[in-house]
Amino acid sequence: MLDTKTPLVEMNDISISFGGIRAVDRASIDLYPGEVVGLLGHNGAGKSTLIKILSGAYRRDAGSIRINGEDAAINNPRDAKGYGIETIYQQLAVADNVDAAANLFLGREITTSIGTLDDAAMESKAREVMGRLNPNFRRFKEPVKALSGGQRQSVAIARAILFNARILIMDEPTAALGPQETAQVGDLIKQLKSDGIGIFLISHDIHDVFDLADRVVVMKNGQVVGSARTEDVTKDEVLGMIILGKVPPGAKPGPGAIAG
Amino acid sequence: MAEQHAIPTNVHPSRFVQNPLQRFLMATELDTRLLGMIGALAIIWIGFNIFSGGLFLTPRNLWNLSVQTASVAVMVTGMVLIIVTRNIDLSVGSILGLVGMVMGVMQTDILPAQLGLGLGNPLIWVLSLAAGLVVGVGIGALQGAIIAYLRVPAFIVTLGGYLVWRGAAWWVTMGRTVAPMDPTFQLMGGGPAGSVGQFWSWVVAVIACAAILIGLYWGRRQRRRFNFPLRPVWAEAALGVIGCGLSIGAVWVANAYPWPRRIAENYAEANGIAVPEGGLFISHGIAVPVLIALGVGVVMTFIATRTRFGRYVFAMGGNPEAAELAGINTRWVTVKIFMLMGALCAIAAAISTARLNAATNALGTLDELYVIAAAVIGGTSLAGGVGTIAGALLGALVMQSLQSGMVLMGLDSPLQSIVVGAVLVFAVWLDTLYRRNKH
Repeated sequence: MLDTKTPLVEMNDISISFGGIRAVDRASIDLYPGEVVGLLGHNGAGKSTLIKILSGAYRRDAGSIRINGEDAAINNPRDAKGYGIETIYQQLAVADNVDAAANLFLGREITTSIGTLDDAAMESKAREVMGRLNPNFRRFKEPVKALSGGQRQSVAIARAILFNARILIMDEPTAALGPQETAQVGDLIKQLKSDGIGIFLISHDIHDVFDLADRVVVMKNGQVVGSARTEDVTKDEVLGMIILGKVPPGAKPGPGAIAG
Repeated sequence: MAEQHAIPTNVHPSRFVQNPLQRFLMATELDTRLLGMIGALAIIWIGFNIFSGGLFLTPRNLWNLSVQTASVAVMVTGMVLIIVTRNIDLSVGSILGLVGMVMGVMQTDILPAQLGLGLGNPLIWVLSLAAGLVVGVGIGALQGAIIAYLRVPAFIVTLGGYLVWRGAAWWVTMGRTVAPMDPTFQLMGGGPAGSVGQFWSWVVAVIACAAILIGLYWGRRQRRRFNFPLRPVWAEAALGVIGCGLSIGAVWVANAYPWPRRIAENYAEANGIAVPEGGLFISHGIAVPVLIALGVGVVMTFIATRTRFGRYVFAMGGNPEAAELAGINTRWVTVKIFMLMGALCAIAAAISTARLNAATNALGTLDELYVIAAAVIGGTSLAGGVGTIAGALLGALVMQSLQSGMVLMGLDSPLQSIVVGAVLVFAVWLDTLYRRNKH
């Protein structure tokens, strides 16, 4: 069903080297609207590097990126934002001491006609966006420090979608959260999916992403081992792909798959 | 979750609190920490009044207190922003000294003699102040650039500045004291002439009251526009009454302090006014340096809370990385903060030199410590991200109250230092407790 649409993101044969070491080696990955793709692999497998090429933090040596079927020139984070690609960083990139609205609009504040901050307008918009993401969120007047990890994560996500993100990159989105908050973020992700936003979830821990993802892509030593729809494989089989590079029958092998 | 849904979003939370004090605080949305400071100030004032035999709470002492606070109060508003961004400025006292010397030399030598404007030219005070501002902003820009772009810690840069600018202040005249100041310039220092008098003080009170009422009305309108919870009407009224009451009370006190007898008699003689039985009563009114400090406080509060620059300052203090990722040019913001601090040092230098009617190379010695102490007592967190201009101004008033109270009680100056030091540590400890309990 999904395959009939144009992919939101296609990264083809991407390579990048750092000082002679091939961090990413001819890796290809794609993402469809409303799809959640888990990008898995050990630390150093190249998954973060690959995704940083998409978010504009690194420049690729070779390969092409297509957004909505068209070639995209992504050379810095600003270019990526121009294509609607927003990244939510591992270390919860929010300013603790100011409130949710201030965080949502940080760097892109709404101002009045005389150039002062229009806090009321920003709070109103924040209430609207947060109401959509997390209807139980009420603490608009408090500094973000007072919020739970899940609520803070929803502020970070709201910040991304407020500016019309169509492609969301989440680096270890639940690593810092407790079980209840992880569930909250899971609900959020489902919500975003239904809005047609494509999401990359990056993690080294399969448990973080397996239940949320529609598809997983496993990387090892800079190469794609293989990809599989989560309904076609078990967690143990995916674990085998991460650790050994062994591709189970339900998965599609990539260039990094070991023979046999 | 279900019961949370039952609460409509536009009902003010104070509706659900029973305890009357708590309900009052929530309904008025007053900052409890600020209220605590005002309470502490009241205790200090009443305590000193009792121990000094009623000398403290007199119009004369309170008026003097306001003038003595002005210079540190001007500087502390900038120090708040510096500390909020996790920096420090140890050089403000030395900058004040150097800028004071520059302004002194400008108005006693360079402008009247070398540029031939002549003594008493009405342009002199403006040009001197402008020269001081240029030097202050320039020093701030230099220090800020070293901190932001060369990545030298602010503590070290300003520690170096502390020595450099103090030395430079000596160099301006080779240590010679510069006096007297231009007569118009002197008005910035206060005194009978440097006060605005009864009529204009009441004008200030009326403006302040009008601003408070318009602010309350405007805030309510904004909330209604976006359908936010409104404060109860009685809470708005209480805020209006308290705010206007404080303004009117302060002006009343300033007006209750008359000119000294001799000066009033001379004035009466010069203007052909008959001196009535029991002496002529001419009010000081609000002193010019106090008006300057209040103006600076209002402008700095506006900058800190209503502009992008202020928002970035606080965001950088809370999470420098997040601010950077959000696309804020954090280095340039840092330079701007230090430039602002330099400008405020220049204004404070004008107040100090005008008050002393002389520029000496020791002017402003130890001021950096009083300014930092005032900011910290006023609730600015050295960990960054937290602080208010109003709190810091109150902190400056607390520091000055302690000092002049102890002078009134006749305490030895070494003992005064000991008390101020102990109070500083005690205040910060109380603040730590307060913050811990709040969360």
